[in-house]
Amino acid sequence: MGHTKHNPIVRALFNDDDVVLDAVKDLRSSGYHVSEVYSPFPIHGLDEAMGLERTRLSTAAFFYGLAGLFFASWLTYYTMTADWPQNIGGKPNAYWFLNMPAFVPVMFELTVFFAAHLMCWSYFAVNKLYPGAKAQNPDPRTTDDHFLMEVELEGKETDLTKKLQELGALEISKVEA
Amino acid sequence: MFEFKTKTKQLAIALTVVGVILWVVGFALNGSSSHDAGHGHEEAHAEESHDAYPGEAHADMIESSHQSADHDNHAHDDHADETHDYPGEAHASMIESTYESDNVDAEHGHDAHAEHGHDTHAEHGHDAHAEHAAHQIANRPWSAIYVAAIFFLGLGLGQLFFLGIQYVAQAGWSAGLLRLMEAQSFAIVVPLIVIAIIAFLGFGHVHHMFHWMVEGIHIKGHENYDAIIAGKRGFLNPTFFTIRILVYIGGWIWAAKMLRKYSLLSDSGDGAAMWKKNRGIAAAFTVFYAVTSSTSAWDLIMSIDTHWFSTLFGWYTFAGMFVSSFAALILLTLYLKGQGHMEWINENHLHDLGKFMFAFSVFWTYLWFSQFVLIWYANIPEEVTYYMQRFEQYKVPFFTMLSLNFILPVLAVLSRPAKRVPGTVVMAAIFVLVGHYMDHYVMIMPGTVGDHYGFGLLELGPILFFAGLYIYVVLSSVAKAPLMHKNHPMLTESKNFHQ
Repeated sequence: MGHTKHNPIVRALFNDDDVVLDAVKDLRSSGYHVSEVYSPFPIHGLDEAMGLERTRLSTAAFFYGLAGLFFASWLTYYTMTADWPQNIGGKPNAYWFLNMPAFVPVMFELTVFFAAHLMCWSYFAVNKLYPGAKAQNPDPRTTDDHFLMEVELEGKETDLTKKLQELGALEISKVEA
Repeated sequence: MFEFKTKTKQLAIALTVVGVILWVVGFALNGSSSHDAGHGHEEAHAEESHDAYPGEAHADMIESSHQSADHDNHAHDDHADETHDYPGEAHASMIESTYESDNVDAEHGHDAHAEHGHDTHAEHGHDAHAEHAAHQIANRPWSAIYVAAIFFLGLGLGQLFFLGIQYVAQAGWSAGLLRLMEAQSFAIVVPLIVIAIIAFLGFGHVHHMFHWMVEGIHIKGHENYDAIIAGKRGFLNPTFFTIRILVYIGGWIWAAKMLRKYSLLSDSGDGAAMWKKNRGIAAAFTVFYAVTSSTSAWDLIMSIDTHWFSTLFGWYTFAGMFVSSFAALILLTLYLKGQGHMEWINENHLHDLGKFMFAFSVFWTYLWFSQFVLIWYANIPEEVTYYMQRFEQYKVPFFTMLSLNFILPVLAVLSRPAKRVPGTVVMAAIFVLVGHYMDHYVMIMPGTVGDHYGFGLLELGPILFFAGLYIYVVLSSVAKAPLMHKNHPMLTESKNFHQ
């Protein structure tokens, strides 16, 4: 996500998630910048190994939930108290708050609904996923059983290639930025 | 290996002793105030009740119901005719006077006032209410111990169950914490004994906490006869009750002892074999506890308000005990880490403990609300009285308890980073502990002392007493064995646990 392509990129293909994880750690400790890893499934601990920033999605989720809570409060207030006061089971309907316990299920559900849906849409938007979007992974095998790593080339190309081979890369290719 | 230092030991013992002294002083002072009320000085009583509790909003209603109950115990119609803003209130006062006339129809066979030297008491014509009030005031010292005992029982019992779950679920992450859970499970012994003694004292009418223990309450034609309670006699009778209490004590302590025994044996022997044995015990205990967690909550807490019942009360009580035991485990873990032990416990383990505490705090709220909203919505008199009394008389503790147990923990440890920092987790743990003491208080006190409640020496004493014993029992059993299992099959997983 959002990597700057000033340097040429070297792509290395692996076939084991543990090997990729170790390779990322090794490369970063020897000063290389691993800009992206494509994997068919989430690799535990990879975010940390790549030094990615923690997602802000959970903070957004809190506020989405809060928005849902306020929306539900307004909805129940407007429909049950303000616009057309409804007397259900003799419950007090003069003030929204007196009848609030009855609305808690609505408030809970809409909080969850807003948080979940808006999180999903935010995720799609940030990752530029929309109907008709072009696939971003450079090699279709990363959707099956292979793992692809992109490393920014710094220094000699042969050094990096040699290192990647030592780390267990199956295929290595260079892409000009 | 943790060493239980003499200084800490002295502190724990000092807490216990101070607790006993405070309670005894409180007991002596409490006796003198019940003397006044026992003679039926209505004004003095009204003033006293104003002082005693913080939520005064209900005063008019309760007082008017008291006064009319004094003069005419069967004035149900009068109450029903009173105008109220809220439909539940008419019910509340009606039920209250029903309760009083059921319970204390003029003079009856209780000897509580004889103990307090109120021999002239029986000559008064109108003191059914005064006697009821005297009983409530006399109940307070016992209820205060009882609340604290149930609360501290929960701190151990929750962890005993959690320990069992670790084996049944074959959990690996927690292997480095098992010794702490074992130590906490032993803390159930003292509260259990105290609870049993207090419950059994009720049979001798030393206190009047349990409505169903009133003499002759199940005998038709007896002056104390109560048809509803008589119908529950098959379950709530002294013999069966005693058997159940003994079964709880036996079963729970047995599980704690056996799980500890094989855990210690695994250090010198075959870890996998001992782990398997413990897994069998844990599986049996989990099933046993699934039943007894509910029935014990009915017996020990719900039977205080004998007329009232709730089908999910057992889970509600369990959830409260479970979440407060996590709070205690977190504090214990961080205390030991602060002392330089348990270097294998890092923020990942803390995160998981925080998640458990957070999750069960929300679970508790879910059960609380499920119980509340059905009763509130149905508004059936015999059910809604339970909450009416808590709304009217216990407003401040009731709402404080709700925010401490739900809103504050949610805000404190909702986010991931907050669960990985000791400061915020400890803060949430303290909210939870205080909140669940109050929750048990609000469960037990209204049915035993009515509006004669408060927080003074009587309440503080038992808290210090049990806290001292809890610290002593837990830390001394922590000190008895290495903090880490030697041969637990999932030790490596626990050490390398990360997320």
